[in-house]
Amino acid sequence: MPDTDPTQRSATISVLVENEAGVLARVIGLFSGRGYNIDSLTVAPVERDPDSTHSKSRITVVTSGTAMVIEQIKAQLDRLVPVYRVSDLSAEGPHLSRELALIKVIGTGTARQEALRLADAFRARVIDASTESFIFELTGATDKLDAFLDLMRPLGLAEVSRTGVAAIARGTRTI
Amino acid sequence: MDGSIMAPDIMKSGAEAVLRALKAQGVDVIFGYPGGAVLPLYDALFQQNAIRHILVRHEQAAVHAAEGYARSTGKVGVVLVTSGPGATNAVTGLVDALMDSIPIVCLSGQVPTHLIGNDAFQEADTTGITRPATKHNYLVKKSSDLARVVHEAFQVARTGRPGPVLIDLPKDILINPAPYCDPSTEPHRSYRPRTEPDPARIDAAIALLKRSERPIVYAGGGIINAGPEASKLLLEFVRLTGFPCTTTLMGLGAYPASDPQFLGMLGMHGTFEANLAMHGADVMLNLGARFDDRVTGRLNAFSPGSKKIHADIDPSSINKSVVVDVAIIGDAAAILRALITAWRADEVRQNREPLAKWWQQIDFWRSKNSMRFTQPRDPGSIIKPQYAIERLYKATRGQAKETYITTEVGQHQMWAAQHFKFDKPNRWMTSGGLGTMGYGLPAAMGVQVAHPDALVIDIAGEASILMNIQEMGTLAQYRLPVKIFILNNRYMGMVRQWQELLHGSRYSESYSEALPDFVKLAESFHGVGLRAEKIEDLDRVIAEMIAVDRPVIADICVDQLENVFPMIPSGAAHNEMLLGPEHKNEEGGYTGKSVTDEGLVLV
Ligand SMILES: Cc1ncc(C[n+]2csc(CCOP(=O)(O)OP(=O)(O)O)c2C)c(N)n1
Ligand SMILES: [Mg+2]
Repeated sequence: MPDTDPTQRSATISVLVENEAGVLARVIGLFSGRGYNIDSLTVAPVERDPDSTHSKSRITVVTSGTAMVIEQIKAQLDRLVPVYRVSDLSAEGPHLSRELALIKVIGTGTARQEALRLADAFRARVIDASTESFIFELTGATDKLDAFLDLMRPLGLAEVSRTGVAAIARGTRTI
Repeated sequence: MDGSIMAPDIMKSGAEAVLRALKAQGVDVIFGYPGGAVLPLYDALFQQNAIRHILVRHEQAAVHAAEGYARSTGKVGVVLVTSGPGATNAVTGLVDALMDSIPIVCLSGQVPTHLIGNDAFQEADTTGITRPATKHNYLVKKSSDLARVVHEAFQVARTGRPGPVLIDLPKDILINPAPYCDPSTEPHRSYRPRTEPDPARIDAAIALLKRSERPIVYAGGGIINAGPEASKLLLEFVRLTGFPCTTTLMGLGAYPASDPQFLGMLGMHGTFEANLAMHGADVMLNLGARFDDRVTGRLNAFSPGSKKIHADIDPSSINKSVVVDVAIIGDAAAILRALITAWRADEVRQNREPLAKWWQQIDFWRSKNSMRFTQPRDPGSIIKPQYAIERLYKATRGQAKETYITTEVGQHQMWAAQHFKFDKPNRWMTSGGLGTMGYGLPAAMGVQVAHPDALVIDIAGEASILMNIQEMGTLAQYRLPVKIFILNNRYMGMVRQWQELLHGSRYSESYSEALPDFVKLAESFHGVGLRAEKIEDLDRVIAEMIAVDRPVIADICVDQLENVFPMIPSGAAHNEMLLGPEHKNEEGGYTGKSVTDEGLVLV
């Protein structure tokens, strides 16, 4: 039987890899080459071995597909030589996802005041200000950031820089 | 690391460190082509005798030759090419090896490290280009990594699901002194393929198999990759269970073709009995095959009523296109060993009655003799391509040498698969996954290098053979008596067949115009040229071809319009097979139920 259940779901996949040249290209190439979606991708070194010749990076990919496709994505990632572990956080129990955004809003008068008021309600921090602009720093789940950006749009939203999702399992479970 | 325990040997040059590592890996032959970036390696090769270098005429051929070498010996094939065009020429071969899971290590030259990224002369982003063309690749940027990387490359190429691995070697790394270390005994940090199957899955499989009424074993190239022992175990298991067995194109030889429990190859041009048995089975055991689209046909109609057990070394093969009920990850030999033990240990008695009925059904399908063809026997008759293969097979049976067959891609490849019978693994080399025209001649070259006394035959088409015909020069140089058996139908026959079936017989650009005189061509390359034009020529030409101890091109002029049957058209189900030209409709096409619109977009 081909894909029996056509329902698409979103998956947050964490990949622990050897921190070496080309490893990110392998992961990205796998997604583009096999036609998988990437909704968000983050990568940074997370562990350094005591001998300090090796270190590990953690890649977090938010993707979507049918259950069968997501199982394929995991298996394909897992067979890359520099990959240590692959974990589908969204399938393996409760987890936390956060991203950070830097948001520039330009405006004056009431719009500017309203932007500041909303930022306060969202617990966004003002990290830069001029007479005509603010830069807010906001951390949270993706939908919280999306909601804040929607509100800022009519108030002079000028530029956004987002980190993409970092995710981790709740409780004692580790990757 | 081992290096910290004992001071490593410092080699005079990186090139020498590479060669020492190759020797430690048991390499005795390299297929390659020189150029500026790899001159240090060629210099080091010049100064030793342990490793033989075979100079090919095109880098693509070096990889195919290494594939032939690897597939016929079970060892890793080694390739050496220069930077830039040398590496890009090798790409087709690498993808071919990737698709068919052939262990290859390809060493490519690179511009010196300080010039990388500068668009230097003959610079190409080789690791970038070959990333999706290899199982893994490396760019060596530090001399201290060199020996370790070479050893690791062999480990990656050979273990798990085998495949091609490329090592890009900047020229300064090859020139500068480099430490040498022996292969590490520690397991790889991140790469640890699983080989031993999970016993619970073995039990689950046995539970299904013991209670099956219409079972089928479907074996693929994974059995060949697991070594000859796996083939022996497959035979033992199939005999023990009394099950019917079919193989994929890549699996031919994994199960003896002469055995009565063998149903022949399955898939698009497989036998009627193999495909219908797959369609009607209640339990299917897939061993080292990957549910390729050439095998499954239309997915939602593929073996609709069966419980499926899939044994594979590569977890990503599981549930990729076909959802299975029991997945077993591991090496095919280890899995078969476990299955045999578990079958014997299991208390449940196999019910042989339904199995006997299943065999009756299969024998009925078999009686259709789906591989049949009609060869007119009057003198002057045109040779049918199937008949040519059948006679070739008979002739090779009658002589003492081991016979190895390679093919190009097209109708001749399918006829070879259908009519040449393989009783042993590693005797059949074909480009299955990628379908690379031009594979057969260089692959045969690699086989002959590995088995100098064997009879090695490339069953070719007149179009495919021209894609790597320059390798005739290599055959001459190394006195490799490869036999090229061309089924010359003056068409890209497989293309013509699809045009006949699917495009209203509009033979667009598929006629082999302006062909060379293959007899003279063989002679100009210091070989022997033979030609069979009529049925009465055939046996004589075959006998002479086999008898001559030199490279031969046998130009066999065959029926130009013959098609490969049986055929499951793209997008059709296994029980919608075309058995032969009698399935033509009034307009002379094969349209109708068998070729759907969805089928038309498939390749
Ligand atoms: C490199 C490459 N290019 C194109 C194709 C598409 N193709 C498949 S079979 C074929 C025709 C092969 O003709 P020939 O070698 O004469 O074999 P025949 O089918 O006539 O036996 C072609 C063009 C291919 N498989 N490989
Ligand atoms: Mg042809």
